[in-house]
Amino acid sequence: MTVIIQKVKNLSIGFKSKKGEEILILKNITTNIKKGETVGIVGESGSGKSTLALAMMGYVKHGLYTIGGECEFNSSNLLNMKSKDLEKIRGRKIAMIPQNAGQALTPNLKIGYQIDEALQLHSDLNEKEREKKISELLNKVRLPSPETIALRYPHELSGGQQQRVAVAMALAGTPDLLLLDEPTTGLDVTTQAHVLELLNFIAKDTGTSMVYVSHDLGAIAQVSDRIIVMYSGEIVLEGPSRDILKKPIHPYTHGLLKSIPKLSLAGLPESMPGSQPQPGTIQGGCSFFDRCNFSEEKCKNNSPELEFLKEFNTSVRCFNYEKLLKEGEINQNVNKIKNNSQDKEILNLSDISISYAKQKLLDQIFNRITDDNPTVKDININIKKGETIALVGESGSGKSTILKSIAGLLRTKDGLIRFEESRNLSSDLKERNPNDLRIIQLIFQNPDESLNPNHTVEEIIAQPLKLYFGLKGEELKKNIIDLLQKVRLGEFYISRYPRQLSGGEKQRVAVARAFAAKPDIILCDEVTSALDVSVQAAVLNLLQQLKEDFGTTYIFVSHDLAVVRAISDRVAVLYQGRLCEVGPSNDVYKFPSHPYTEVLLGAVLEPDPDIKPKLVAEDIVEEKPPEKGCSFQGRCSRIVGDICKKEIPPWQLTDSGNAIRCHIPIKELQKEQFK
Amino acid sequence: MKLDNIYKEEKKSNFAKVSDIIITMASRPSGFIGLSILVFHVILAFISPFIAPYDFKAINPSLMLQAPSAEYWFGTDDLGRDVFTRTILGGRTALTITFFGSLIALLWGGLLGIFCGLVGGKTDDIVMRIVDAFLSIPWILAMLLIVSLLGTSTEVLIPALGFFYGKGIVRVARAATHDVIAKDFIVSARARGHSNFSIIWNEIIPNVRDAILVEGAMRWSWMLLGFSSLSFLGFGVSPPTPDWGLMISNARGLMSFAYWSVIAPIVGLSSLIIGINLTADAFAKALGIDRSTKAPV
Repeated sequence: MTVIIQKVKNLSIGFKSKKGEEILILKNITTNIKKGETVGIVGESGSGKSTLALAMMGYVKHGLYTIGGECEFNSSNLLNMKSKDLEKIRGRKIAMIPQNAGQALTPNLKIGYQIDEALQLHSDLNEKEREKKISELLNKVRLPSPETIALRYPHELSGGQQQRVAVAMALAGTPDLLLLDEPTTGLDVTTQAHVLELLNFIAKDTGTSMVYVSHDLGAIAQVSDRIIVMYSGEIVLEGPSRDILKKPIHPYTHGLLKSIPKLSLAGLPESMPGSQPQPGTIQGGCSFFDRCNFSEEKCKNNSPELEFLKEFNTSVRCFNYEKLLKEGEINQNVNKIKNNSQDKEILNLSDISISYAKQKLLDQIFNRITDDNPTVKDININIKKGETIALVGESGSGKSTILKSIAGLLRTKDGLIRFEESRNLSSDLKERNPNDLRIIQLIFQNPDESLNPNHTVEEIIAQPLKLYFGLKGEELKKNIIDLLQKVRLGEFYISRYPRQLSGGEKQRVAVARAFAAKPDIILCDEVTSALDVSVQAAVLNLLQQLKEDFGTTYIFVSHDLAVVRAISDRVAVLYQGRLCEVGPSNDVYKFPSHPYTEVLLGAVLEPDPDIKPKLVAEDIVEEKPPEKGCSFQGRCSRIVGDICKKEIPPWQLTDSGNAIRCHIPIKELQKEQFK
Repeated sequence: MKLDNIYKEEKKSNFAKVSDIIITMASRPSGFIGLSILVFHVILAFISPFIAPYDFKAINPSLMLQAPSAEYWFGTDDLGRDVFTRTILGGRTALTITFFGSLIALLWGGLLGIFCGLVGGKTDDIVMRIVDAFLSIPWILAMLLIVSLLGTSTEVLIPALGFFYGKGIVRVARAATHDVIAKDFIVSARARGHSNFSIIWNEIIPNVRDAILVEGAMRWSWMLLGFSSLSFLGFGVSPPTPDWGLMISNARGLMSFAYWSVIAPIVGLSSLIIGINLTADAFAKALGIDRSTKAPV
């Protein structure tokens, strides 16, 4: 018989609004966590998933309070327990692994000491035993040479290593239940795959139950046995992981899975309209009604109950799940993107090097940059008018740095940025004339930061119009409304402030502002990574549509290979500020590829339990590019010998026009990778 | 779409914004008390010349040091002048001078701070070291020097006080600018090629305005205390103009047997300072700035 270790019964958590209304963040949640199982809680921001996870350890965030229901652990309700008693459970019986381990670890204490603290609190071992246990724990989370790691400070470890330490600390009390709140969200793709694999191993090895909270269905798919899908504070679907990912019977999950770009499919996925309602705005009826493709008249006024279907072992909150049952396995359609690129060259980067090193006094006086091993080196890319070129790589690969230099925000050390074959653009803003500034516009990652919170949408979009075209009065307003309509926002958005918009709407305003300048090139810096999954596809579709209408060229920076696959015509893969591979996106995603591309492709997490990430290289983080030889030598699993360490590899062309920079001949790479 | 309903909040007029802030301030007990005291003092400053029962400079030796009575509510001082008349008139000069002084402090301190925060680099280094150097000079000594060289007229006192109390605002404004400057909307404005002036005016000021205003309000109460200290030392307003600092200074020797002549100006001064302080705190809270976690720089 399975043992239930955590029972959540009719749990409702909410807050009181200024007007005194009770607004629910969690609505009547009932679920059980069984011993030894891993449950994934998935939902977009604001769906209440973190609130639920915190309630499972008896914690309710400041400002919120429990309205009803209980969280039962060892047959006592955590939510009305005294803090003295809770202390005995937290850390010892229920442990939590936070999202950002870098912030969760105390910066001025050594790793070993911090784990020791956890052990002192949660175990009865003496000093000798604790010392042994620390290296045992560090070993378990697969940190190299535990003895030296224990003596280091948190900042001396990489993000992945910090996350491992957080896991080790959580395991110190040998908990029965492990709560993980987005534990891999801030990590690089390759590191993420490694950490997930470790969590899987720990779940099997220790038999601990895990609750894995994430917005990322790809990560959830890799670890969970069971998935709970949350939408605006309710459980809308709950069932075995495989069924939910392959044959979702709730329209929200169905739409969500259809809108996630996949590596195997080139082209833009269908997008889901609208965005999740704010808490307290649903007036009866199904919370997903506005965005649902299957809704009927009755969904508007009646809200469906969570219904348990015995034959599928699944609970679903929908009147029309049968329609989806008939559909069976999910079938993703993508709209193939049109390749608009013309033969004409629009931007040419030749031999670009960029250095972040602090310059010596003499160099400062002569206003020059000297650095033998710059952060970004030898970037040669030729960008054609109308194409979308993507720069891909992990953090620290220099992709955003290159973007900054193109925008004129960062001085280059060497190299030329040439526009339309004739004009050289300076990498210093002050030396560019207004027209040069107009032709290149930026869209940023986080619309919360890129829109001035004290400006209305009108003021935000008016800025480039006033600056570049000197528009005024009625004409200005007409142009603003025109732009808003182009990004599918109504005229009434004009007087709103960014805080009154949802994430997707904010990003649309940012897109409108970029297009207001009528630019030739738009630099997109991780434009979708701050957005919710269901909104991401809509923004990508919009960008593609605008590009086809205006013939704009995009330089698209992203760490997400599936997104890049969906939108780009050509891809350049970067490692440590050096190009590894450049080619048409179809070919980059096919073998043969550069060993680094191979690692990246292998580590992508897909929302499919059948596709497991392939862990090829170690997830070490290199601080500085190597001085000599191939940039990837430190992590390459296909290293051929001294030549990789001494000589910069040559560019080799594949049959389809894909350029790879590697010492291994293309034919051999192909043979190795197809094995 | 249902979403539209909750986002009804449209762009508000400036008047509506200000009245919103005042309502929020007055909704807390401390804010209400502070605002009431401040409003009381401001109204009193306006109407006191009309309601004063006696002439503030009429000396009458036969009425020297009379205890409070129905005729002389707060008694009389050592020259036989009515203390009530002098007390209600005593706040006018201090309030006016420090109010305009704070405005000057806000203006130069705020603008210089924002400018330094935006340009950074060597300019910032040099300017801030100069500000630091000035911060290390005891202001009261420097004030005494200025006043003794240029006299104690209002035209000297307002800019001098404004200058000395603006130094601290430079640091606050610079720190607030640093918080904003890293945001992408500034980068975006730079990349578009806006001028420094346009970036300061459109992008930075709306985001640092609140912090600087709150700082200015706090400085006002400090300046009031400072100005009264100057008067106390005899370098503020000159007699026979009624002024709290001066009155306290004159009557302090008589405290043991004519307490009334010193109590009244003390209550006047401290209540005004408390009023401004409470109002500034409530103002900060209404704007969402928590002063308890951010010590003044």
